[in-house]
Amino acid sequence: MFNCPIPIKNYPTVQLAHGGGGSLMNQLIEKMFLASFDSAPLKQRHDSAMLDLPRGRIAFTTDSYVIRPLFFPGGDIGKLAIFGTVNDLAMAGAKPLYLSVGFILEEGLPMEILWKVICSMKEAAEATGVQIATGDTKVVDKGKGDGIFINTSGIGVMDHSLNIAPGQVREGDVMIVNGDLGRHGMAIMAVREGLEFETAIESDAAPLADMILDLIGQGIEIHCMRDLTRGGLASALNEISSVCGLSMEIGETKIPVREDAKAACELLGFDPLYVANEGRCVVFVPANQAPKALEIMLRHDIGKESVVIGQVTKETPTAVYLKNAIGAVRIVDMLSGEQLPRIC
Amino acid sequence: MKFMDEYRDPVAVKQIAEQIHRITTQHWVLMEICGGQTHAIVKFGIDELLPKSIELVHGPGCPVCVTPLEIIDKALLIAGRPEVIFCSFGDMLRVPGSDKDLFSVKAGGGDVRIVYSPMDALEIARKNPEREVVFFAVGFETTAPANAMAVYQAKKQGLSNFSILVSHVLVPPAMEAILSSKLNRVQGFLAAGHVCTVVGYKEYEPIARKYKVPIVVTGFEPLDILEGIYMCVRQLEQNRYEVENQYVRSVRKEGNTHAVRIVEDVFCVVPRKWRGFGEIPQSGLGLRKSYRLFDAEEKFALKDLQIQESTKCMSGLILQGVKKPHECQAFGGQCTPEHPLGATMVSSEGTCAAYYRYRRVVAHV
Repeated sequence: MFNCPIPIKNYPTVQLAHGGGGSLMNQLIEKMFLASFDSAPLKQRHDSAMLDLPRGRIAFTTDSYVIRPLFFPGGDIGKLAIFGTVNDLAMAGAKPLYLSVGFILEEGLPMEILWKVICSMKEAAEATGVQIATGDTKVVDKGKGDGIFINTSGIGVMDHSLNIAPGQVREGDVMIVNGDLGRHGMAIMAVREGLEFETAIESDAAPLADMILDLIGQGIEIHCMRDLTRGGLASALNEISSVCGLSMEIGETKIPVREDAKAACELLGFDPLYVANEGRCVVFVPANQAPKALEIMLRHDIGKESVVIGQVTKETPTAVYLKNAIGAVRIVDMLSGEQLPRIC
Repeated sequence: MKFMDEYRDPVAVKQIAEQIHRITTQHWVLMEICGGQTHAIVKFGIDELLPKSIELVHGPGCPVCVTPLEIIDKALLIAGRPEVIFCSFGDMLRVPGSDKDLFSVKAGGGDVRIVYSPMDALEIARKNPEREVVFFAVGFETTAPANAMAVYQAKKQGLSNFSILVSHVLVPPAMEAILSSKLNRVQGFLAAGHVCTVVGYKEYEPIARKYKVPIVVTGFEPLDILEGIYMCVRQLEQNRYEVENQYVRSVRKEGNTHAVRIVEDVFCVVPRKWRGFGEIPQSGLGLRKSYRLFDAEEKFALKDLQIQESTKCMSGLILQGVKKPHECQAFGGQCTPEHPLGATMVSSEGTCAAYYRYRRVVAHV
């Protein structure tokens, strides 16, 4: 980690003036943002970034990150803000190219914290090959924010003619997830609630684009994909099922959940199917391509624990069905709100 | 996961289900007391493994469900006060009062915090001496010792800015209320393992004798529940009515004597209202006079507030095991977890919520 380039003795914390458009803001932009996010469009220092895009359809997405705590085992808000938006682009089968970054900083935030987040974003952007093309900083009064809020928007280009969408899902499609579920959400919960386990549960935060682009490049006709963030696998499958009007059957014993995440879920009364992930997706592919798709995914680090979890069916009534270890089948419903820790 | 997967082992589950089939010769109605057991039954599909002649009805053991509207309204009034930090277990936040829930109080600027233990609330009180910290002390015998300990410690440490809003209820009076009702169909009980871990099961023996019902103290994993059912059916078939303990890895007959002592020191038995049931005599716990300074209802002068519950909902009949959720016209339509009409839909542990979550479509057919 580099040392914070703004002398701590001058400004150990973020001041309202850092968002005020004057020299303090310029110092922040030059010494922190420009020094870290070394991209040609950003260096133009214009009101808008002017971009040359390759031919192809454009994917465009936005997401805001308001996570607490800012740092957790396996990641931080900066890494999430990059990977999250890059993963959203990947879910359209797009190659992520440019991001915008908007910071809302709370007055009094230690400059060291901001610097750590920026360094983490720089590292994450480099790992995914995406450029930060434009940005914005606002500072809000102490007590009006939660340290740092980040919004990132992303542009990617689609070099394929697939129509990847819930409506494309067909009966018989096979569902593959790229690894174990529930770790990100439980890592956050564990830090937030001061729960200690023998080993810290690490978030799975990671970029998915390379694996997805490899699948498309090798001719896998992906019908639909979804990253399994808020609401987890259960919510993603329910959303897709309600759009395509088809049922899904998944096998409980096939869904990988690590022991530590499982233990944390049991303790708090959470169901790992509904817990957020930050480096996991479900991919719907035609049954005859499933073995090849699985083989490709397994070759990637991010997909080395990929498994087939189930299949799309015409079962009525339309729902997501879970077959459990003892052979009984139940419905996996959409949650009405966030999961809450129970009384007993 | 160790100590969990063993109790979900498919082979063992099938074996015990077969044993139940073998010994069952007639129709029996069993009630599991605890909401956690109801959820496990519905989630794991345990009832599907049983002979058709064994009917499981679901009991009143969901603390969130049976907390009366009146207490929720009191919680909302207290939580809305600017000087108050209101601490609660997570699942109470979504329970609707007469016109809103604790989440809306929080959204309106109230300082409502989710905690995992009343001791966390005590810590908040210690760190915020200028604020009033109130803990929502809800639950059966299971949560009573920790709540009692928080009050005991608060008194010992002189934390006068700490208080609890008590809505503690007790299992045996609810069982008696069910058994003495004219509508009763229950022939055997699976008692709640966690409750008995705390208080033991001596109190159940007079009930088993008086009403001639077998009572089996039962755990929460699929194998526990199936074994509990097996033991209960075996008694019924042999015309016995005793208290038996399936959950031996956790429950002793005398319970946890330290826990019982602290509960008796801080709380005394009082009449309590139950959502869906109405008032049941001697069915709950209230703070003893010596701890009244820690009673939030007294501190905020809310003792006299009385609220009538809606009569549209048949949750009282569901809590007594007389009706099943899908027999209700409102189920899944007018009444959903987002817009619950009554007790059994409000909590994720409630019977209607369990049916809605895991069986909605089946129930509609």
